[in-house]
Amino acid sequence: MAVNPNDKSKMVVVEGSYAVAHAAKVARPQVISAYPITPQTHIVEDLSQFMADGDIPNCEYINVESEFSAISALIGASATGARTYSATTSQGLFLMHEALFNASGMRLPIVMTVVNRAVGAPINIWNDQQDSIAQRDSGWIQLYAEDTQEAADMVLQAFKICEDKNVLLPIMVCMDGFVLSHVYEPVVLMDQKEADEYLPPFKPDHYLDPKNPMSFGTLGDPSVYTEFRYMQEQAMKNALSVIEKAADDFKKVTGRYYGGLIEGYELDDAEVVVVSFGSILGTIKDVVDEYRANGEKIGVLKVRSFRPFPTEAINNALKNAKAIVVIEKDISIGRNEGALFTEIKAGLYNTPTRIPMTSYMVGHGGRDIRTSHIKEIIEATKKVAETGKIDVESQFNEVKEDLL
Amino acid sequence: MSDNQPFNLLTAGHNGCAGCCDALAAKYVLMAAGPDCIVVNPTGCLEVMTTPFPRSAWNVPWIHSLFENGGAVASGVEAALIAMGRKGNTKVIGMGGDGSTMDIGIGALSGAFERNHDITYVCIDNEAYMNTGVQRSSGTPFGASTTTSPAGSKSYGNNTNKKDMPAIMVAHGSPYVATTSIGYANDMMKKVKKAVDTVGSTYIHAHAPCPTGWGFDSSKTIEMAKLAVDCCLWPLYEIENGEITAVKKIKDPKPVEEYLKAQSRFKHLFKMEGGDKEIEKIQQLADKNIAKYGLDK
Amino acid sequence: MKVTIGAICEPGTAMENKTGGWRTFMPVFNYEKCIRCAICEIACPDMCIYPDTTTANDKGKCLYKANYDYCKGCGICANECPKDVITMTLEEK
Repeated sequence: MAVNPNDKSKMVVVEGSYAVAHAAKVARPQVISAYPITPQTHIVEDLSQFMADGDIPNCEYINVESEFSAISALIGASATGARTYSATTSQGLFLMHEALFNASGMRLPIVMTVVNRAVGAPINIWNDQQDSIAQRDSGWIQLYAEDTQEAADMVLQAFKICEDKNVLLPIMVCMDGFVLSHVYEPVVLMDQKEADEYLPPFKPDHYLDPKNPMSFGTLGDPSVYTEFRYMQEQAMKNALSVIEKAADDFKKVTGRYYGGLIEGYELDDAEVVVVSFGSILGTIKDVVDEYRANGEKIGVLKVRSFRPFPTEAINNALKNAKAIVVIEKDISIGRNEGALFTEIKAGLYNTPTRIPMTSYMVGHGGRDIRTSHIKEIIEATKKVAETGKIDVESQFNEVKEDLL
Repeated sequence: MSDNQPFNLLTAGHNGCAGCCDALAAKYVLMAAGPDCIVVNPTGCLEVMTTPFPRSAWNVPWIHSLFENGGAVASGVEAALIAMGRKGNTKVIGMGGDGSTMDIGIGALSGAFERNHDITYVCIDNEAYMNTGVQRSSGTPFGASTTTSPAGSKSYGNNTNKKDMPAIMVAHGSPYVATTSIGYANDMMKKVKKAVDTVGSTYIHAHAPCPTGWGFDSSKTIEMAKLAVDCCLWPLYEIENGEITAVKKIKDPKPVEEYLKAQSRFKHLFKMEGGDKEIEKIQQLADKNIAKYGLDK
Repeated sequence: MKVTIGAICEPGTAMENKTGGWRTFMPVFNYEKCIRCAICEIACPDMCIYPDTTTANDKGKCLYKANYDYCKGCGICANECPKDVITMTLEEK
């Protein structure tokens, strides 16, 4: 993250959830609807307190009876022309599953923070990224934040992206549960003036209005359904440049920048590249710093946007590596690898680039990921770079044999 | 279209079956509510038949989202109107079938009523899942044969009673709950008007006989609706703030047999051994209504 | 026809769908007995019975017509008419 030198004096130490709630507040939402679920609770509690204190003017907060109704209420509110926000995680996100496709098919620019958490069974409240990854085909834009400041700032960027007339898709701002949501760190809380300068009011072309009574959510038969899917795909494609522009514009207003679709770290001459997303990037970068101090050419590729998947940007960033390793906190059971790995491989397949690539699935259900683990992974990948040989393509980083 | 044909809020050209009860119900709701409303319509016959892209039969703003989220979508529409300073006198009206209201959508509807959004929800109860081919719902009456509660050598059809949905809505503290019937258009319009003019979550449960699903001639939709009321299987009443304030009296209740024999869904009761005992049970349901609501007094 | 973002439809466009072709029997009016009560209009699920304003009497009450572009021939109007003004007649096409 590029820190604006002027920011240091403005920094306050708050919980990640508070930073996110504050960002949602200054985005001037008109309808918020959410259902409490660990570890998202602090965000909705903070928003509720803002409401109780009258700090979010011209806004209705709906205390719904389930996540399914949280997203459904926002579908109604967004179609009525309101700027809408929610936050959820894990089981709650899964309960929304049907409505996620509906919101995206209806092209409603809803912003939702997903506080990433594992999914049951076994029930587990700790962090991994299985929940949002499982929703990857729902037609929502998915951005992944590395730290609390980015998770907060990404909320503002998310509104800017999804309300763009060439996009009009709902968007998930993903941040790791507990690791980011419950950590206290110094952040800059965006002031209202800055937020207003960055984010103009939401003015949709069509909304539910007795003066212009359009019908929303109609039936698409086989003669038209394909075209609606095609248009969603086009909107995702359009989002690629809109995401980058939203990040650039944000930098102009605040001085803060985290990358657009992707962001390289020590990448230019890197022979071994570690690819990942989310908060684990902080740990990886610390380890890479140590390698760099020893003159070893290790770099990092941070993936900010998982949907739309920035194939071209990723391929371009990886093309000079000697070996690539993907580290991620999810798994497609039955494929024995995570989604990011699958998709990066797929993106490179019909290209001249032939670089050995392996993957490690880490941190399931909140298991600690230590710098020693990252070092082991990098050491193994260095061997792959030297020999060009892959022993195991994808594996769990840590399976306790004594428990099996 | 002829020059002097009046403008309708629900237009001709929808794909409802001939004699469609849903079209009549929606027509009466809009005649009562007027153009300043937003309609939320969960999945079902009414939704499918009125909005095959690119055509809509609605001249009021209308939204369909999913089968089970009508209450929540309506909540969001209302909240947005308030937040944006556009609520004014605009009515938010949910209209769904018995399936989306009483079964799969009851959770979202319960939430909306508990929060007391300023909405009116109209259940158009045709007593089964008609859109998917007449499967049983919790609105299906005792003894009715549906495709998932068929009569057979060991079955007299549906073996449960209708869920008392209006009572559930009353229990939410709704200021106005009423039952009505598409057989009594004036009753229905009067009650819908009262519901939309009442602040808070109000509920109308409209009985709506479906010629296709129940098995009667398409010309008899209204006649069948009246018959249900006249034999006291469908009592018409209003409940304001938890108290019954009006009941439609039935001077000379007709025997339920007259209603049952007019529909294919009950025909097995007249053929099977022991069917008469089942009909007697249905008569008892009507008698219970007469006693409970004082229909004959 | 073009697809729209989110499959939004213009209001009242179902009128392009002429459902009159579904009909087997058509309502035929014999106005001699008509009391201009409007029950047929209210009872029509296809919004195709309407007052013919050229027939308005001094109280503004009209005779009713069916728009055969849309009438599906359900027969509710004939069934509900208190004066048997309407007869469902097999339509010759």
